[in-house]
Formats: sequence, structure tokens, C-alpha cells
Amino acid sequence: MAAGHAHPLHLHRDSPVHRLAPEAKILATLLFTVVVVVTPRAEFAAFAGYAVLLGGVAVAARVPAGWLARRSLIELPFVLLAVALPFAGHGERVTWLGLSLSVDGLYGAWNIAAKGTLGVLASLLLAATTTMRDLIAGLERLRCPQVFVQIATFMLRYLDILADDARRMRIARLSRGYDPRFLWQVKAFAVGVGALFLRAFERGERVYLAMVSRGYAGRLPAPDGGGASAAQWAASAALPAAAACIALAAALP
Amino acid sequence: MTASLEITSLRYAYPDGSTALRGVDLRVARGERVALLGPNGAGKTTLVLHLNGILHGGGGTVRVGDLAVEPGDRARLTEIRRRVGIVFQDPDDQLFMPTVAEDVAFGPANLGLRGAELSSRVDEALAAVGMAEFRDRAPHHLSFGQRRRVAVATVLAMRPEILVLDEPSSNLDPASRRELSEILRALPVTLLMVTHDLPYALELCRRSVILDAGRIVADGGTVDLLADADLMARHRLELPYGFDPALAATQIAARTP
Repeated sequence: MAAGHAHPLHLHRDSPVHRLAPEAKILATLLFTVVVVVTPRAEFAAFAGYAVLLGGVAVAARVPAGWLARRSLIELPFVLLAVALPFAGHGERVTWLGLSLSVDGLYGAWNIAAKGTLGVLASLLLAATTTMRDLIAGLERLRCPQVFVQIATFMLRYLDILADDARRMRIARLSRGYDPRFLWQVKAFAVGVGALFLRAFERGERVYLAMVSRGYAGRLPAPDGGGASAAQWAASAALPAAAACIALAAALP
Repeated sequence: MTASLEITSLRYAYPDGSTALRGVDLRVARGERVALLGPNGAGKTTLVLHLNGILHGGGGTVRVGDLAVEPGDRARLTEIRRRVGIVFQDPDDQLFMPTVAEDVAFGPANLGLRGAELSSRVDEALAAVGMAEFRDRAPHHLSFGQRRRVAVATVLAMRPEILVLDEPSSNLDPASRRELSEILRALPVTLLMVTHDLPYALELCRRSVILDAGRIVADGGTVDLLADADLMARHRLELPYGFDPALAATQIAARTP
């Protein structure tokens, strides 16, 4: 697969999960998340089952638990909201350690925390095992509209260059003694953002000219490679299929 | 034999009214290497953008091989853009695909090449600039000199009739500059090189033309033009301090068999 397209969430390893075709992994992650979200919140055993499934994938993908845990902190701001629910909720209340908590709110908080965590872990596993380039190729093979794929492709290529531009402009500002401490001193920064936008815009023009000079007529050439094999689809389907079985088992009386 | 490039009384004014080209005539024979010199604002880039029909409509004609640039004729324009390979100044403008190989494949794929033929074109072009082992790398992980070489490959992959380079030596360190000149000298193509780097022009091109204020004001042997101090001063061209074009020319003649 295309090397050298790591992103901060990618874990460069060789594993059966890394080798799966990206489109199969994307679809599997999506379906798994849907199953998790539609599971009734009180089915605690089902959620434990999903966690075990993700643990299995992590082991197969050779992604360390600590690595996943650190990166899953991204969901903290959302979970903080959930913490408020047991205090704010209405209806039946229980007392725990002297706190009066709403039962409905407790379920609500559990619902957000459990589903959010499972979704974040599944996405992290996808990101850890798939390069940015492959994610885009996968989206393209899943017939994601061309315009989104092209935007993502250009973003992937030019984000670093824009960030470099911004960094150089910042260093140039600092070198001339700019050290904003108060809100009314941010003018230079705001102007810098505007200049960065203009630079990006002008670069866009030049990139387009260079593309037209090489015969661009509105469509990027389709990437080579046949896509996922039936075996790869089957292997990727194992995760959402197992999750669906757990959900069904939980739903049956 | 038909010329690779033939420009006849080409004129152009930008929409804001500023005149960039005031009747340019230029003929480049097949296999010739010509440097296009001139001060900033002389119209060099405007001229380059006329060669493949991106700019047009000011009067005059541009012929590439046996085809005239005809802005309305899309099929012909595609063929013109295959024949005229422009390497722009900033390789980051030229290289926009996620990997080197995909970027080099972009031009030939637009020409309709697919599969094994496309991949052999990519290999051939990357080998010509000595970048074959970088084919699966991301452009932003390469050095500036390497990116410039890949930019040349993206155009070579279209097998152009004429290779047009806009400031090929700008921002290169001396070693990358020399490596690029070795690569360019080895390429069996017609070359038009826009540059401010006069020693580079002398090294690579036997013939030079000077464009100033939208006109070709001089056309001759590079060494003769560079040695003409009056001509150079009139058109704001300056050699690096201490550079002797005649001496450099004898050294270059001794080097190339």
C-alpha cells in the first residue's frame, strides 16, 4: 500500500487488519457503529460483548491498549456533558454516597458514555490500521461523490504546506517583536489569517493552471487496483456480523 | 523540417489593460535548447502560458510542431498540452497527488493511458530524472531539489515535443542545481528555459533570446549576448560578480564532447 502517508492516528504495523482493503474496513466500522447505536441502553451484556469484539480486533491489529486509551481521550468533552445528566434528570431518584441521582439521567449518561466510547474505539482502530491515502481510496471505491474525494485528496496534499506557511508567517511576526498579550493586539494575527487565505487561494489558482497544462478536464484518473476481494469483505464483515448477533441475542427474550 | 515551436506576432493585454506582449516572434527548431531571458515583468510567464493555450485572444499565432494553438478546439488543445510540457516554478503547485507515481501518472492518464502502458510511462519518466526509487513516496516528504526533478518527470511522462521550464534553478542548492543540469543535458528534447540564472542559461542553452517590455529585443548565441555589456545593461540583466562568460564558455566546450 502507499507508504509515507501516515497521520497522527496511524500506527505503522503489519497485521491482518492493516492488510484488509480500506473500503471493507470503512464499511465494517460504519455498520458496527450503527449496531451499537441502535442497541437499547439497558442491554449491559450486549455492550460488554461489543467491547470484547473490539478487544479482539485490537489484538489482531496489534494495537496496544495504552495507545488506544490515550487517543480515546478525545471523547472527554462529550462525556463531560453526560456526567451532568444524573444530577439534572427528572423522575425516580436514587441516593448514592449522599448524592441524589436521577435514574433516568444515570441511564442517559451510561448511554452516551458507552456508545460514544465504543464508536471512538472503532474509529481509532480504523485510523490506526489505514493510511490517509487508503482511506481516500476506500471512500472512492465506495462511490463516495467525486467532489468530496477530490477535496479530501487536495486537503491531504496541501494541509502540510499551509501549516508550514502559517508557521513561517508566525515566526516572521515574532521576529519583529509581535507578542500579543491583549485582545486588541490580535489585529496582526487576524491580518495574517487573511493573508494565509489569500496565499491558499492564489496557490489554488496556480495548481489549477499546472493541472490544466497537463490535460486536466475535470476528472481525476481513477486509482489502480481492483479493490477488496471476497475474502477481505468476509473477514471485515465478521465484526459487524458478530455485533449484530449479540444485539439480536440481547433483544430476544 | 517543421520547427518545434513557431510564434508569430503574438500580442496580449491583460483584462486590466496592461499590455504584456507587443508582437513576439520566435522560432525554435526541433532539438534546439533556447534560454528565454529578461527582467521581471518582461512578459516571460505570459508568453509561456500562451504556448499551451491557457492565455489567448490577443492576436498572433502559436504553432507547436504542425499544429496551431486553437483555443476553441478542445481535442486539439489536449494534443497541444501533451506536446508542450510546462514545468512551473514552484514544484508544490505542480505536484498535487498523494504519491510521486500518481502525480507522474496524472498527465498520461488524462491522455487516456491506462494499466501497464501508464505504469511503464511513469517508470520511464522517473528513471529519466533519477527518481525511480521514490515512486511511492509522498511529494512533501521529498527535498526541494527532488520535488523539482519529479515535477520535470510529470511532464516528461507526456512525451512532450518541447519542454518548457520556468526558472528551473530557483531555490536549488548548488548540488541540486548541478544535478538538475546534468539531467536536463541528457534529455533528448527541445528545451525552452525561462531563467534569471544567466550562468545556467550559458551552461544549458547555446542560444538565448531576451524578452523586454513584451518584445524580443535580442536573439543569438548565449555567450555573445552575455558578453555584450551594453545590451545586458539596457535590459536590466546582470551577471554574477566576477563571472566571465567567455571563459565559462570555453570550459563548457571542453567538458561536453
